Amino acid sequence: MSILTVCKPLSRVEMAARVARDIPEGWYVNLGIGAPLQIADHVPAEREVIFHSENGVLGMGPAPGKGEINRWLINAGKQYITLRTGGSYMHHADSFALIRGGHLDLCVLGAFQVAENGDIANWSTSENDTAPAVGGAMDLAAGARQLWVLMEHQTKSGESKLVRRCSYPLTALGAVKRVYTNLAVLDVTDGGFAVREMVPGLTLDALQQVTDAPLRV
Amino acid sequence: MIDKLVQSMADAMAGIRDGSVVLIGGFGSIGQPNALIDGLIEYGAKDLTVVANNAGVGRVGLARLLELGRVRKIICTFPRSANSVVFEEIYRAGKIELEIVPQGTLSERMRAAGAGIPAFYTATAVGTKLAHGKEEREIAGRLYLLEHALPGDVALVEAWEADRWGNLTYLSSARNFNPIMAAAAKLTIVQAQHIVELGALDPEKVATPGIYVNRVLHVPYGEPTIT
Repeated sequence: MSILTVCKPLSRVEMAARVARDIPEGWYVNLGIGAPLQIADHVPAEREVIFHSENGVLGMGPAPGKGEINRWLINAGKQYITLRTGGSYMHHADSFALIRGGHLDLCVLGAFQVAENGDIANWSTSENDTAPAVGGAMDLAAGARQLWVLMEHQTKSGESKLVRRCSYPLTALGAVKRVYTNLAVLDVTDGGFAVREMVPGLTLDALQQVTDAPLRV
Repeated sequence: MIDKLVQSMADAMAGIRDGSVVLIGGFGSIGQPNALIDGLIEYGAKDLTVVANNAGVGRVGLARLLELGRVRKIICTFPRSANSVVFEEIYRAGKIELEIVPQGTLSERMRAAGAGIPAFYTATAVGTKLAHGKEEREIAGRLYLLEHALPGDVALVEAWEADRWGNLTYLSSARNFNPIMAAAAKLTIVQAQHIVELGALDPEKVATPGIYVNRVLHVPYGEPTIT
């Protein structure tokens, strides 16, 4: 039975908005390239959350309007951005020192798999791939004070991305604190995944059926 | 009188040896010293080890250097991007050695080199396949990897403004790896959009002091494009 018969999964936009709700004012936050970057669009401007980009930007603002592009100002996803009032620039070693030194309150990354012990795999889908791109993912996963993951609950072919043990190459050990999927919000606890929230209509049993790792409330 | 300004690309490249470790600034195309990369291609040095965030896109610049077979080994964080066709070809053909390094570890290894620190411990990559062969040590209850400094023989740097002492400023996110590479190499060569009189740079805005710089070439190429 498809999960679609009991509930309506969140869209990408709704998932980003859901994460944004939980980010309080005053936090310094790094958003991984891809889907997590869209979270910034859902933090209201009056809530001062300071976004960091690995390539040396603290206080990243939204995409520039036409005619306002600074050709020397991009984010880690190599898109043009703006600098919000109060923002600053730094070189790469300083930019990663603030990551690795535990100064970021939060990092949100995408992932291929998250294990019930908090292991994350998000940079390579095969042990045989000898040239995968790691970028700053390992620094962010190991360095931020907390790591949240934003990802679909299942792969396109229907495999659970919340697993007992990651089968893909690891990005970091035991780093993930919370996972936001299109079906649920789950905390990683000493006892595995604890379901904090589900989309309307979904039951724990139905969620468990599409989840490899054991779930508890 | 100290004068680090050079008048030609040939003067900028003079003395780069085959087998050199070449640090190349830039994050993608932003802050990347494309003119100096072309100069290096023209100069002809080979058997190089290149350290850069990316492995080149399209068939120009860094990608062209790879395609010409001048690079024995590349050390980078993100070899694959949308259009890294040359790297894919030569890597699959076994014509280049690759060392993948997490971006923060890469930055810190060069920073350490410039600061006289031979090695350091970091939590990044513990328990991953990038930890293979590295010393692991527990300090105050947490596991760390020993990472070694990464000095360069040559750094190719792009700056916004420079003076004859080699003091440099950068624009926005074009700073990226440039200041740490400038400090980590024995021979630091800069391409600058603007050459200004000594004293014209606001000392508060100098991001690379001239002590790290050997040669400056004026390359007023205009605006970068994202590649």
